[in-house]
Amino acid sequence: MVLNDSPDGPAARSAHDTAWPARLHVVTGKGGTGKTTVAAALAFALAAGGHRTLLVEVEGRQGLAQLFELEPLPYAERRLPDAGPDVRLLAVDPEEALLEYLDLFYRMGRAGRALRKLGAIDFATTIAPGLRDVLLTGKVKEATTRTDDAGRRVYRAVVLDAPPTGRIGRFLNVTAEAARLAKLGPIKTQSESVAALLRSPMTSVHLVTLLEEMPVQETTDAIAELSGLNIPIGKIIVNSTRPPLLADAKLTQAELKRGLVAAGLPVDRRTVTTLLAEARDHQARHALEQQLRGELAELRRPMLELPLLPDGIDLAGVRHLAGLLRAAA
Amino acid sequence: MLDVDAVLGDPRVRIVVCCGSGGVGKTTTAAALALRAAEKHGRRTVVLTIDPARRLAQSLGLTELDNTPRVVDGVDGPGELHAMMLDMKRTFDEVVLTHTAPERAREIFANPFYQAMSSTFSGTQEYMAMEKLGQLRAGDRWDLIVVDTPPSRSALDFLDAPARLSRFLDGKMLRLLMVPARAGGKSMFNLVTASFGVFSKAVQKILGAQLLTDLSGFVSALDSTFGGFRERAEQTYRVLQDPQTAFLVVAAPEPDAVREASYFARRLGAERMPLVGLVLNRVHRSELPELSAKQSTEAAAELAEEHAMTAQALEVHALLMRQVARESTVSTDFTDEFPDVPVAHVPAQPTDVHDLTGLRAVGDALAAS
Repeated sequence: MVLNDSPDGPAARSAHDTAWPARLHVVTGKGGTGKTTVAAALAFALAAGGHRTLLVEVEGRQGLAQLFELEPLPYAERRLPDAGPDVRLLAVDPEEALLEYLDLFYRMGRAGRALRKLGAIDFATTIAPGLRDVLLTGKVKEATTRTDDAGRRVYRAVVLDAPPTGRIGRFLNVTAEAARLAKLGPIKTQSESVAALLRSPMTSVHLVTLLEEMPVQETTDAIAELSGLNIPIGKIIVNSTRPPLLADAKLTQAELKRGLVAAGLPVDRRTVTTLLAEARDHQARHALEQQLRGELAELRRPMLELPLLPDGIDLAGVRHLAGLLRAAA
Repeated sequence: MLDVDAVLGDPRVRIVVCCGSGGVGKTTTAAALALRAAEKHGRRTVVLTIDPARRLAQSLGLTELDNTPRVVDGVDGPGELHAMMLDMKRTFDEVVLTHTAPERAREIFANPFYQAMSSTFSGTQEYMAMEKLGQLRAGDRWDLIVVDTPPSRSALDFLDAPARLSRFLDGKMLRLLMVPARAGGKSMFNLVTASFGVFSKAVQKILGAQLLTDLSGFVSALDSTFGGFRERAEQTYRVLQDPQTAFLVVAAPEPDAVREASYFARRLGAERMPLVGLVLNRVHRSELPELSAKQSTEAAAELAEEHAMTAQALEVHALLMRQVARESTVSTDFTDEFPDVPVAHVPAQPTDVHDLTGLRAVGDALAAS
């Protein structure tokens, strides 16, 4: 038991090695499915047991800052305050990434900042389609493979709050995009090394969906697209599921009235018809959800479900979901 | 409360733009409004969709992506509804063909930079949506054009991307980049000039000289043959500031979507663009608000053994009441900041909309709220 409590004990290891084996977890999903929340919960889950984990966003939306109620994140890896587990946050900005890159290879320093003011950096990241994504994924790769002086990985896991399903294939298919334009040079080299990582078992792309038609359709499409690109697909994470209330039974008006009387609640016509109608809506939705569950199951990917948090998402909610992700094998 | 029929029936309103973040039902809202304008207000309407869900597209008769408006069958009433799906590559090709000699156009089409940009460039979709809107408007064939906006990173991209793209296309920045490094040597104290030399060298190294040559060829081809590119984008932008345009911000009662709606509303205010209302999709409500979530949950616990079915019905009600409360808190963030912007609430449907009957129901809900 003592062993189990140490960071490298079997209990801590199992979450990584069996349920979530990859090192780079890419979380995508249709807009509105809660992929940022799920990405954050996954980062918490993977950090449990004392593992340092990096949670990255690349869309310039400051979604992480909003989720954790922080000031806008800088282009720096900052530890999430008061969180317990060692989760670091990073908002990658393509302009900053290019400046960092230029600084590294060409020692641009201050001159680079001046160019930024002129809009030249914006220009460079905009004119070359793919350059932007190469820079963003390049930074993610750098963090994923970074080692300390002793040669140990700095991050046990990196979780990427990725672009939505509609853009994920293009975003991750960096080599193809970059190769259209840069036939030689550092961009080509860089994009090839990123592509190698993204196609290796180190990477896993998870798809967040709701039990609604369009998100399920987009999940299906994205899996087909990513499979075609040979990018490893991880789990389907069904978010915001409702409890299976009244699943296989008919609620009659008489039974409802008896129950309401027993609870000392009113049994007027409006109360009874409204509760019956709400129950029927719930059942109709449940039937549709079951059908969509079936469609998702046909994709033959590991699937897990996270419940709807009816009062909204806060830090406690993220921790709660993290616990469920950790338990899921 | 938002009076949708007053907007759709006003002959002075010629363009309705539906904007908002992804996944909030923008396309469905746009299609429902367009159908209502045709059926209830007798207007010759076209709806420009960007990336409709397959089944919604089918219900509008959009089985192929041919970039021209097609009449929608099954529309009742005096007006007409046409629908089209934006093909951004083809729109770009058409722009080139319209403004360029055939030989030059072939040159442009063969340019790898053009190929990449016309099909994958982030921002091209917004630009081409704006271009298509300009074309539809110029034809003067339509009483009303309803536009769905691209599923961008940010709703603001619809307004920003065209200007950004045309700024880059006018070649000024490119000429600066192509300036040889010697400029830096002359003016020691001019950090900007000096760094441009370094920068241009760096960019050439990173991107490769080939890319800059391709890019230069592309931009000069654009420059000499259709310099009106930027001008047209600006013209369309000005139309959006005109009272003939009505912006509707679409959101779902979720924090991200409402925040995005607020950004957009603020921006429209700053640009003096006519925002006529907020459409809040997928809103939950209960006809029994006096039975609170707490009361309902407590009663459910009490009944769990003896009256399991009633207990579950009460749990369903409690869940609904909590969701109603949360949605109301979330949407208050918007209404507090924009008390003068009228809101339409569209109730959550148990299933998705994918036929004209469903679109009519959404239209009725929009008008009823």
